[in-house]
Parts: sequence; C-alpha cells; structure tokens
Amino acid sequence: MSYSSEEILETIDMVEKLHFDIRTVTLGISLLGCSDPSASSAARKIYERITNAGERLVSTVRKLEKTYGIPIVNTRVAVTPIALLDHDYSPDDYLELAAALERAAQTLEIDFLGGFSALVPKGFTRGDLNLMAALPEVLASTEKICGSLNVASTKAGINMDAVNRAAHLICRAAALTADRNGIACAKLVIFANAPEDNPFMAGAFHGIGEAETVINIGISGPGVVRATVERCPGYDLGSLAEEIKKTVFKITRAGELIGRKVSKALGVPFGIVDLSLAPTPAPGDSVANILEAMGLECCGAHGTTAALALLNDAVKKGGAMASSSVGGLSGSFIPVSEDAGMIAAVERGALSLPKLEAMTAVCSVGLDMIAIPGDTPPAIIAGLIADEMAIGVINNKTTAVRLIPAPGKKVGDKVAFGGLLGEAPVMAVNPYAPDCFVGRGGRIPAPLQALTN
Amino acid sequence: MEKAVVTVMGNDKVGIVAGITKELAANNCNIIDISQTLRQGIFAMILVIELPESLDLLLLRDRLETVGAELGVRVLLQHADLFQYMHRI
Repeated sequence: MSYSSEEILETIDMVEKLHFDIRTVTLGISLLGCSDPSASSAARKIYERITNAGERLVSTVRKLEKTYGIPIVNTRVAVTPIALLDHDYSPDDYLELAAALERAAQTLEIDFLGGFSALVPKGFTRGDLNLMAALPEVLASTEKICGSLNVASTKAGINMDAVNRAAHLICRAAALTADRNGIACAKLVIFANAPEDNPFMAGAFHGIGEAETVINIGISGPGVVRATVERCPGYDLGSLAEEIKKTVFKITRAGELIGRKVSKALGVPFGIVDLSLAPTPAPGDSVANILEAMGLECCGAHGTTAALALLNDAVKKGGAMASSSVGGLSGSFIPVSEDAGMIAAVERGALSLPKLEAMTAVCSVGLDMIAIPGDTPPAIIAGLIADEMAIGVINNKTTAVRLIPAPGKKVGDKVAFGGLLGEAPVMAVNPYAPDCFVGRGGRIPAPLQALTN
Repeated sequence: MEKAVVTVMGNDKVGIVAGITKELAANNCNIIDISQTLRQGIFAMILVIELPESLDLLLLRDRLETVGAELGVRVLLQHADLFQYMHRI
C-alpha cells in the first residue's frame, strides 16, 4: 500500500475525533467592471457578476467534501472593496448596493460575503466616507454581508480620523442590533495592514492586485494540534515545535488539495492557503487548549505569549513546506467568543484584555470577537483600536479589531451569538479617558520601518 | 485510473469482508490492497481500490454506505489523493 493503515486511520481520526476541517473555500471576485454612474445599474451588474462567477461554487464544494471525506465548513465570496467602485455614491446608494450583494449571497447559498470595505490608511475619498456612513445600517439589515476598514498601514501610518469614525460605527452597529446582542459588530473588522487575499471573515475582500477571480482556502485544526501536543508530554520546546510542524504540514496539504481541486473544477486560478489555526466553540477545538497542553495552568498565565509565539511559528513553518502558495492572515487566531478555552480563561480571571493585546503582537489577528460593556464610550474604543493598529504598523504585520460593545451588558455578563461566533463573556476595559489623545485626530506618521527603499 | 480508499469500521462479525468486496465487485472495482486491524477493540478494514472510469465515486459511496448499514458497520470512501497529499511529499 502506498500509505499505511496507520496513516489512513490517523487522517480519519483527525476529522472524526479532532475536528479537523477546511474552514472555508472563498471565491474572490473582482467587481471593478461593475462601476456605473447609476447605483441601480451598478447593483444590477454586481448581482449578475457575482451570481455568474459563483454559480457552481457551492455545488462543487459539496461534491469535493464528499469525495475526500473532509468537512468544508463554510463557502464564501470576497469582492473588491465596494468603496473603490465609485466616489460619487451616496449613503443610500451604498444601501442599494448592499441589498444587491445580499441577494447575490442568498442566491448562491454561500455562508458569507465579504468586501463591504474601504481602504483608508492615509485618507478618505467621498465614496469612503459615504460607505462608512452606511456601514452600520448595512451590517444591521443584512445577514451575510461582512465589512472591513483598513485604517492603518506600515507605509502610511495610522489614520486617527478613520479610527475615531470606526469607533463610532462600532457603537452605532451595536445599537442598531441591540435586540441581538450587537451582532452587527461581529461582521466588522478594523485592520492595520489588511491582506488582500484573506479567505477568513469578517475581513475578507478581493484585493486590487488579484486576478478577476481566485480561490483561497482557510484551514482549521486546533484540535489536531492539541492532540499532537498532548502526545508529547516530556518533549523540550524545540522538539515540541518539530512535532507541531509535522502535524500542520499534513492539514495544510489537505487544504492545498481542496484548493487545487476547486480551482480546477471551476476553472478559477488557485490563490493561497491561509495557514491560520481557526478555533470553533466545539470542546477541544481551541487554541487556548493547545497553549494549556504545552504546560500552562490556564491560558493567560505568564508564559502565554511565549507559548503562542512558538505555536504560531511552528504553524507557519509546517504550512510553508506544505503549500506552494501561502498567504492571507496565516497565524493562530485568538477570538475569545469562538474558543471555549479562551472563554473559560476569561471567566477564571486568568485572561484579560491587556494580555490579549500582548498576544496579538506574536500571532494573527488581533483583539477578535471580544465583548466589552455596552456603555463603553467611543473614545475608549478608539484608543483600543489605535493601540492595536500601532502593534501592526510598527511590527509590519496585520492586526485587527473586532469588538462588540454588548448593549445593556456589564462586565461578567455573557452574550451569545450562535454558530461559529459562539458566546462571549463581557470583559473589562481600562476606564481612564484617552479622549484628548484620540480626539486630536490627524495621522500618526508612518514609522521608519516604512522607509525600506 | 483513479484510486480510492475504503475504510470499514465496526464490531467484528461474519460476512463483513464478503459483503463489502461483493459490492465492490458488482461495481467493477479492482481491489489492489487490503488490510485488517483491530483498533481499540474495533474491527477496521482498509481497502485500496481502482475506480473504473465510468463509475462516479459519490455513487459508489452511497452504495457502500447502504451495504455498511445492512452489515452494521461504518463504511467510508475517500479519494486516494487525500492520503497521498497528506502523508507523502
């Protein structure tokens, strides 16, 4: 046999016992040809473009899922940042475009559609400002649309006017969905150095450097990595990293295979495999549990950042060997609400917002799916975003913020979002006011790291 | 010719091998490797097969699942590329 019984049974165990899956197959679609002075005409073109390009996406994914016996959890579409279509659309025009995007997503029966986005690290166009004005209503009134704002980059610095606007948008999105625990905020990501080929939501969009269409794959597998670590109780950390690399190699290869097969079946170029370890609320499918299996009493203990750095690096090294094209976010995710181990650590008092912020310096993506008190002022949210953006800009990496100011909730309460979004304990923020600092506005200049030429 | 891996898992009893291989023969599938093992007390049989070009893998998957249900065992059918990709460079 060209592979042993043990290898075959190991693969089956990964799926059946350890939650291994392909998290997402994401079809990127350029909408640059859909611009039109009339928003209604543009909406019609967008709908036709997406439904034509994605017509066979879901059926192809379902067939490959059965052919290889690997669950593919989500099928998604990412489009050109909608603010790039035209600078003259009004907020109402953007609502019309959003309705067309939602209809297209419903027609294709995909799980999410990302790209209701604006790229504003250095400044705003009229279109950017109007899209941002419409964004809370769009996220509140649609089911599948995700949005993002790139407000900072190593090359441009941090657009603090955009950070302040983003903080207000988050508060508005929470208020508009107060009856659903502010769930609109779960569909909005604020980025520094946003990648243009990220298949994961809520931050996926189809970058302007991409081909007309492209297939990107997001893998998963915290449960598989945890089981590997649990098998190595006496190993020193260098040897442990080697074992993690071998496991991640295998799961990345499965992602690469699925990506190539979807690409071939649809006649769409294969883009990248995103090496991120994406947890789910399912027991055992937790990044926090991996860190604990390494020997920490609880995620959040001193040593957590070092353990996460080791994990993140081993994931990249194992994955880079396995795929000819790695991209997207590629690192371990640490979303609180989507990771049962993180939730438990917060509830034990072991994991705090400052510790999470430190952890984001060594992994992807950032302060992700964190519920904060519903009465948190926008200035404090702007301060949180600015700190996270600074970590990304200075370290030349992607960072992101996805916060939910849970309406009517206080520290210690819990909010449930359901499905992959899980449930989040409301965490304390530092109550001291950053108003005068963030209120200065303007742009924090690009750091020396930007001057590489 | 495309290859696939059939994995059969369940309580050991008379007729499992016969039932599965009979269905494979009826679908004109050539068995190129077969092994059996006991895993934590559970019977596991693994067959590597060649699929005739005219046979849809998903159709065979459904047929084998039906036979498996009759025999009281779980039957998985997966395209062999998965194992090639995951376990070989």
